[in-house]
Amino acid sequence: MSSALINLLWTYIVFIALVLVAGLYYMLVTRNLMRVLIGMEILMKAVTLLIILFGYLTGNSEFTQAVVIVVIVIEVVVVAITAGVILNIFRKNDSLDAREIRNLKG
Amino acid sequence: MIIDLILLILMTLFTMWAVMAKSLLKAVIGLAFTSAALAIVMFKLNSPFAAVFELSVCTGLITAVFISAITFAKPLTSEEINETTRDRIKRYWPLPVLMIAVMAVLFIIRLPGFFRVASVVTPGEVRDILWNTRQLDLIGQVVVLLAGVFGVIMLFKGASKDE
Repeated sequence: MSSALINLLWTYIVFIALVLVAGLYYMLVTRNLMRVLIGMEILMKAVTLLIILFGYLTGNSEFTQAVVIVVIVIEVVVVAITAGVILNIFRKNDSLDAREIRNLKG
Repeated sequence: MIIDLILLILMTLFTMWAVMAKSLLKAVIGLAFTSAALAIVMFKLNSPFAAVFELSVCTGLITAVFISAITFAKPLTSEEINETTRDRIKRYWPLPVLMIAVMAVLFIIRLPGFFRVASVVTPGEVRDILWNTRQLDLIGQVVVLLAGVFGVIMLFKGASKDE
């Protein structure tokens, strides 16, 4: 790879790592279930960008676009189902706080 | 390269906004802006179809799903808001420090030969790959979508019975 491409790759890698760290930290620290879902979405953004970046670098953009389209469809279904589950939890417990969900504990 | 850098910085700032925002609605709006910035980056990286998908589905549909879910949750009282704000500052102050540390480490250990990208070019356009090479993915998508619809129906059916 040329040095220009390596520079481009490394710049992208740094920012993808930052977004990954932010999403992971958000998921670990927050207690609100809806925020956990937002954290997961942030992680998905970083992964999507990584796939697209390597497609661009290897000249395989068409293939990676097809993969990303599949990933986005799965992402939407996961968000819809998880939001439904979180809403049901909210209806039962009157809270979105993960600490207050103890129905399945022990 | 400058435009790439500006877009990436914008995307990271929007992500930070989504993470640090006090209100859930602002967090969702931050996420939508992150998606929009990502769509522009995708367009710059020669992936227009994925960019359009990202813009329409992630910026539009997922934001709508999040906002409709948030409207069901009751708003916090002023006491709860004060308590949450104090708690949030305590929990989130390490994040900017952590991000700066990760950035510094990545710039320091910058290894030019770390990534050896093997080029295995798959011929054809996106539609050829999607319809001919990756047929199983398409079947998988249909199954996942049907499972999603079935799951949502079951979830809301159960909820309406409880009421």
